[in-house]
Amino acid sequence: MKIIVTSLGPSLDSPMDLRFGRAARFILFDDESRDFQIIENTQNLNAAQGAGLQAAEIVSRAGAECVLTGHCGPKAFKALTAAGIRIYTGVDGTVAEAIDRLRAGQLKQAESADSQGHAF
Amino acid sequence: MKIAIASGKGGTGKTTLAVNLALVVPEAVALLDCDVEEPNCHIFLAPTVERSEAIGVMIPVVDPDRCLACGSCSRFCQYHAIAGLDTGPLIFPELCHSCGGCVRVCPTGALSETTREIGVVEEGWAGRVRVIQGRLRITEASSPPLIRAVKKRGPVDGITLIDCPPGTSCPVIAALRGVDFAILVTEPTPFGLHDLRLAVGMVRTLSIPFGVVVNRAQDGNRSISDYCETQRISILLEIPDSRQVAEAYSRGQSVLTALPGLRSELDRLYRNIKTRVRPGTGSEPCECTVRRRPQDQPAGASSESQS
Repeated sequence: MKIIVTSLGPSLDSPMDLRFGRAARFILFDDESRDFQIIENTQNLNAAQGAGLQAAEIVSRAGAECVLTGHCGPKAFKALTAAGIRIYTGVDGTVAEAIDRLRAGQLKQAESADSQGHAF
Repeated sequence: MKIAIASGKGGTGKTTLAVNLALVVPEAVALLDCDVEEPNCHIFLAPTVERSEAIGVMIPVVDPDRCLACGSCSRFCQYHAIAGLDTGPLIFPELCHSCGGCVRVCPTGALSETTREIGVVEEGWAGRVRVIQGRLRITEASSPPLIRAVKKRGPVDGITLIDCPPGTSCPVIAALRGVDFAILVTEPTPFGLHDLRLAVGMVRTLSIPFGVVVNRAQDGNRSISDYCETQRISILLEIPDSRQVAEAYSRGQSVLTALPGLRSELDRLYRNIKTRVRPGTGSEPCECTVRRRPQDQPAGASSESQS
């Protein structure tokens, strides 16, 4: 299973970025090989609008099955859900801690967006 | 001749001025309420609505059987209205600006266009004043297509007064395009002055001749007049800060009932503007309409293309 975690830094010890669309970067973690890849999000970080949707596209095209983040807006939530990706919001700590908690079954899947959209 | 009544700040008296000017203008006059998020002219004029027309914009729809999920549409869309997921495109109609580009770049013809209703244009009469107003559907975020639809239905001849939305952003620009003169309504408050500066910058950028009307003018308060003097802007009229005016307004009455003397001043204002304008020589209409082949137009609600 491939997991995306929003991260401030480039390693598994980095603190998570609590924003989804405007996260500094994504860490794509492969649960089986335990390898990870860094996907930079520079373009969306400074986007005037549509950051959440573009971030959802990145996650979808990376082949991830779930996203661990702090907050997720309504459009990103809708897009991720349409792509069949599970979303866990309200997660914090380091990237590695978040993955451990997911594996231990301590995270609850989000049923709706938890922050307001701001498309305009 | 088209005269727009605009302001930077909201609540300065655009509608009040537009309505009362319409009542005073001697020629055939049409009042276009382009403040489509909150059209208020009808409250004061109580027009009979003779015609109501649904207005739509074009949005893409995807045929999942023909879609390869290649992402071309989503990469093309500058407004991020299409999420290019690996399961196929997910369309967000509220972000779409109806350019039709996604349909053109789709390599398999999986995208086509359909009409999405965004509001209505209502036309009618209040006495001898022709009233045309737009009413944006609640929750819609983008009003310019509806504003353009209202303007398109305005008469070609006679005097057209356009009650603009407040501010200086896209809806106001849509309302101001092609007018011969703009009246900027303001009030002598710090916010009024601040937003007047923004509005002046806007009409100057659009090369629209303009003048200022000060509403709720107070004796001794020279904040607006000092600014206008420095900027060489003419103050066309000052409407005094008056309890009678406020009372008439809150009853939905014309200000002329409270201040009968205003009639001659509005008449003077109108004649003053007429001498400043040679109709048709103001800013050029710039609708930047996307032309569509007739067969591209679907049946049903008429559609307004995006500039």
